[in-house]
Amino acid sequence: MYIIKRLGQAFVTFIAVITVTFGLIRAIPGGPADHIRAQVMRNRGADGVSMAEINSLTEAYTNYDPSTPVYVQYFDYVTNILQGDLGQSMSFAGKSVSELIIKAAPWTIFLLTMAILLTFAIGIVLGAVMAYREGSRFDTGSTVFAMFLNSVPYYVAAIFLVYLLSIQLSIFPQSGNYAIGIEPGLTPIFISDVFYHATLPIASLVLTGFGGVAITMRGNSIQEIGEDYIRVAHLRGVPGRRIAVRYVGRNALLPMYTNLMISVGFMFGGSVILEEIFAYPGLGSYLLQAIHARDYPLMMGIFLVITAAVLLCILIADLTYGMIDPRVSEGEGKEAY
Amino acid sequence: MAETNSTFDATDDRDSTSDGSTATRSELYKEWIDVAVLAPLRIAWNDWRTKAGSLIVLFYVLMGTVGLYLVPAPSQGQGPRLAGPFESMSYPLGTTQLGTSLLSELVYSTPPVLKMILAGAVFSTIMATIVGTISGYKGGAVDTVLTTFTDIAMTIPGLPLIILLIAVFEPESPYLIGIFLTINAWAGLARSIRSQVLSIRDHSYVEVSRIMGASTPKIIVDDVLPNIMPYVLINFVNSARGVIFGAVALFYLGLLSGFSSNWGITLNEAYTNAAIYSLDAVHWLLFPMIAIVGLSFGLVLFAQGTEKLFNPRIRARHADTVDDTAHYEE
Repeated sequence: MYIIKRLGQAFVTFIAVITVTFGLIRAIPGGPADHIRAQVMRNRGADGVSMAEINSLTEAYTNYDPSTPVYVQYFDYVTNILQGDLGQSMSFAGKSVSELIIKAAPWTIFLLTMAILLTFAIGIVLGAVMAYREGSRFDTGSTVFAMFLNSVPYYVAAIFLVYLLSIQLSIFPQSGNYAIGIEPGLTPIFISDVFYHATLPIASLVLTGFGGVAITMRGNSIQEIGEDYIRVAHLRGVPGRRIAVRYVGRNALLPMYTNLMISVGFMFGGSVILEEIFAYPGLGSYLLQAIHARDYPLMMGIFLVITAAVLLCILIADLTYGMIDPRVSEGEGKEAY
Repeated sequence: MAETNSTFDATDDRDSTSDGSTATRSELYKEWIDVAVLAPLRIAWNDWRTKAGSLIVLFYVLMGTVGLYLVPAPSQGQGPRLAGPFESMSYPLGTTQLGTSLLSELVYSTPPVLKMILAGAVFSTIMATIVGTISGYKGGAVDTVLTTFTDIAMTIPGLPLIILLIAVFEPESPYLIGIFLTINAWAGLARSIRSQVLSIRDHSYVEVSRIMGASTPKIIVDDVLPNIMPYVLINFVNSARGVIFGAVALFYLGLLSGFSSNWGITLNEAYTNAAIYSLDAVHWLLFPMIAIVGLSFGLVLFAQGTEKLFNPRIRARHADTVDDTAHYEE
């Protein structure tokens, strides 16, 4: 029952986002039809372009025919998108938006997965150690350090790393996803080169992200250590290591599980700037190119895909959370006042 | 109604407030401002983090107000090209490739950023408080609708949406940009306010107000809001930090127009004008970075220092177990 409710909610959210993008496409000053008309005229001269032709071109690009009433336009738009047809890119001639996204998405997903796993692994271990030695000099020092790192925007860290490690010291490449001349494929050379090129982008997310995770983990652990059942466990003579891992660790980690999935959304947003700085050919860099070229179909398509990815992650988090933590119930109906 | 009140008058002094006379209400507000705002801030001031944080933020506020009168506006040729820092009093932080004083650029970037922070933080806090309290207090269908709305706002990835909105609407007022930047930042806060209100709504004094027949808005304003006020204030600071991150990023990407100087613009100019390739120009890159990180560090310190206010019970409980846990190591 809970699953059905949650799936329904995710579906409603997705439709709402599609509606927002539809509204945005129509809110563009002058409308995309004008842009397309201008493009066609530039290519073929002012004559020989009929209104019907412009309309059918607009439909090919943006998924709706501007000559029909609004509700029909909306219906066309939604059904096309649900069928996976995101329209055609205006700036990458002859390419469909889905094609471009399929090309770019793996790079972004690779970057973000690595970054998120490392951020949480480092943050959780550091936070646990800080909580264990609460009040020590190590704890105070790490807390201030973590807070400082947490207040550095990831793009500032990225620029700094590029300056230091790739320009001044020439240790890492400045941009791109793999070296020119390497044949893409599952060869050890290619894979290691991909990791080599991804080091700095991943490092800038991890360096600025793990501090926040550590502070949260520290807080959760300290709160758990103060609980009565931990005290009882000590009195019962449960070994300290078991208490640390099975009792404190497990309960301090649970609330962070949803955090992990939500940070996926944050990082997807952040990939726009990061991929711009490192010229990394992922979704974010395409989004920015689309914005600068006023390529509205591509803008909206990438936005929809990012939203769908985030929705999916949060849905997975919600549905699996109940399995990990049996105490989670669906929140019984509270009395309404 | 008046009769029921009078029977309680002798024993329950909350009755005077549900009469709604203005004098008592202002007294009540003075009281809760003292209890809910001033007292926590006074306690928080004892924490070095809050102290340092507020001083840093105050410094930026002064820079964005008084600083404008002390430092000349940025223009080309204020000094030699790419002069180093601390060489001359007319350009203390050095100059850019066009001879613009970096200090002027940094100082004159501050007012728009502060305006964006103010607008964004006010918008997201008010929005979150309204949605969160109503949703948590009312329950039922109202709650379902508002929670769904909040969930939608929470799921949409913020930065891509903001970039789309800015690209489509091209806002120029810093206040409007601030609001755009927090277009869905309120959702997370609304969620946590809702869960706090869920526990407050069942407190006995809220129940008393309800039985007395006080209207829902009145109960929310008089009984619920004072309890969550400190929490709301701290999140005001947190959302301010979000606005800085977003605003500077958009300036860096060149998506915001209509501003002569901004830390993000300076950073981007330094980066693209090859300042990164020569050591002579490193100050051009570093000072905007310091300006950005400084303000956000100040806000983080402030928020962290006040955080413990919200959970005195946990601190107290932990305080007497800390000695025990010391020997548990094996």
